[in-house]
Amino acid sequence: MNAVTTTASTTTMASPRMGTKRVFGAYLAEARSECVRYMRNPGFMLPIMLFPTMFYLLFGIVMGRSEGADAARYLLVSYGVFGVMSPGLFGFGVSLALERDGGLLTYKRALPMPPGAYLLGKMLMAMLAAAIVILLLLAMGLVLAHVTLTAQQAGLLLLTGVLGVLPFCALGMLVGTFIKGQGAPGMLNLIYLPMSFLSGLWIPINLLPKVLQQIAPIWPSYHLHQLGLAALGLEHAGLVEHVGILVGFAVVFFVIAARRLRRYG
Amino acid sequence: MNPTSDVVARLSGAVKRYGSLTALDGVDIVLHRGELLAVLGPNGAGKSTSISLLLGLIRPDGGRVELFGMDPQQIDARRRIGVMLQSAMLPLTLRVGELLRLVASYYPNPRPLEESAALAGIGDLLQRPYGKLSGGQQRRVQFALALCGRPELVFLDEPTVGMDIDARQKLWSAMRALVAEGCAVVLTTHYLEEAEALAQRVVVMGKGRVLSEGSVDALRAQVPLTRIRCVTDLDAAEVAMWPQVASAERDGQRMRISTNAAENVLRRLLDADVSLSELEVQRAGLAEAFTELTREETVVEKEAA
Repeated sequence: MNAVTTTASTTTMASPRMGTKRVFGAYLAEARSECVRYMRNPGFMLPIMLFPTMFYLLFGIVMGRSEGADAARYLLVSYGVFGVMSPGLFGFGVSLALERDGGLLTYKRALPMPPGAYLLGKMLMAMLAAAIVILLLLAMGLVLAHVTLTAQQAGLLLLTGVLGVLPFCALGMLVGTFIKGQGAPGMLNLIYLPMSFLSGLWIPINLLPKVLQQIAPIWPSYHLHQLGLAALGLEHAGLVEHVGILVGFAVVFFVIAARRLRRYG
Repeated sequence: MNPTSDVVARLSGAVKRYGSLTALDGVDIVLHRGELLAVLGPNGAGKSTSISLLLGLIRPDGGRVELFGMDPQQIDARRRIGVMLQSAMLPLTLRVGELLRLVASYYPNPRPLEESAALAGIGDLLQRPYGKLSGGQQRRVQFALALCGRPELVFLDEPTVGMDIDARQKLWSAMRALVAEGCAVVLTTHYLEEAEALAQRVVVMGKGRVLSEGSVDALRAQVPLTRIRCVTDLDAAEVAMWPQVASAERDGQRMRISTNAAENVLRRLLDADVSLSELEVQRAGLAEAFTELTREETVVEKEAA
C-alpha cells in the first residue's frame, strides 16, 4: 500500500486505490469507535473502575491506616495491577467471545477493514481503560492516603499499567478464541480472581504459604506487580527479567490466539 | 475489451465440504455489472455458503472464486463491495452516524454521510444509538452501511426479514435506486415476491447445486401451469380425469385445478356446472415454479437411490 498508486488510479479503470492517509484514517476510526463504544457502556466500565478502587479504599486506606504510608503505597501497586488486568482480560476476551458469537467479527472480516485494525482498536481501548484505573487509584492514593510520590514515580506507574495491560489482552484474546458467547465472563473470572490472589495482589506475597510463593512467578500478574513496585521505588531487582517474561507471555498467547482465530474465524 | 470485463463476481465449479457434508457441489454463478441477481433456495441449499465464498470468509475445497478478477480475501477486491449480513450484532452504544462514519472510513471513495443516510431513509436516525432502534430501523441502518462505501457490488443476505410491509417497500425502492446507479446486487431471500419484484435474474439452489438460472419470466415459464379456483359441486376426482388437467383437489367448498390449457378446461367447467361461482384464474407464479423445481429434485434423488 504505497502512496504512488493514488496517481495511477486516476488514469486506469482499475479498482480505486486507498491512499496511505485513508488507511491510517481507517485504523484511527476503528480505534476511536472501539473506545467510545466501551466508555459508553456502564456494564463494562463500572466493574473495571469500581472493584480496584473500592478494594483500595477499604484495605489500603480505611483499614490500612494503622499500617502506615508504606502499606498504602504497596497496595496502590497491588490494586493497580489488579485493576489493569480486567480491561485486558474482559475487554478483549469477553468482547471477542461475544462478537464471534453475534456475527460482528464475521461482518468485519467481510468488510474491507484494514488487517489488524480490529485487534489494534481493542488493544487501545484496553490501554485507555487501564490508564483510567491507574489515574483513579493514584488520585486516591495522593489525596486520601497521603502517599508521597514524585511525578516520575506516578508517571512510571501509569506507564506500567498502560503497557502492562497488553499481556492480559493477549490472554483474554486466547480465551476468547476458545469460548463463544456468554460463557466467557465466567471462565475469565476463573482465571482473573485466582491469578490475582496467587500472585499476591490481595494479600502480600510473603504472607502466602511457601508453596504458593514459589510458584508465583508462573503468573504474568506476579511480574507486573514487581514492575509496579519498582516504579514506586519499593523493588529494584530483576527488572529486565520481569519485562522479558511479560513480553514472552504476550507473544506466546497472541501467536496461539491469532492462529486459532485465523482457523476458526 | 475482453468479454469478461463486465463480470464482477464469479463462482466456477465451487465445492465446499464440511466433514462428510457437501455444502456446495460444483456451483457456477456469474454476476454481471449493474444487475440484480436473486439467489433462492430452501434452508441448507448452499446460499449462505456461496455468499461466504464470494466474501472470502471461507475457502473453497475445489473450483474457483473471483471477485473483480481477484481473490476475495484480497482487501482491494473487498473495497469495491458492500455487505449486509443476516445476523450481525453491531455495537449497541454507537450512534448511527458514528457507525456510518466508521464503515465509510474503510473505503477509498465513500459517499457523503448524508447521501448514504438519505438513500436508506435513515436521515432522522443519525443521532440515535443503534441499540435503541427497532428491528426494522436497524435493518435500514445495516443497508446504509452496505452502500456507504460507494460499492460496485452489494451483498444483501435476507435483507427484509422482520420488516413490516411499509419498511420492506422502502428498502425495495432503495435497492432499485442502487441498481439504477449501476451497482450490482446479490440478494438472498426467502420471500419469492421479493425476487419477483426486484430481480433481473434468479438462481435457484438446492442441495448444494444450482437447479435453475434465468430471468424471472424464464423461470416461471418452466412451469406452464395455470391455477383455476372456483366454488362448484363437481366431483374433484372426476375433473382430475379430464384431458389437460394436471390435478384437481377439493378444499372445502372450493375446487383447485391445475392445467396447462386453461381455456379448454374453463369452457368444459362452465358447461358442466352452470351454478359455478367465484371463479379465479391465475398464472403460476414464482412460488409454484420454485416448489416445482425443488420438488423435482427430490424425485430425481429417489430415482437415483
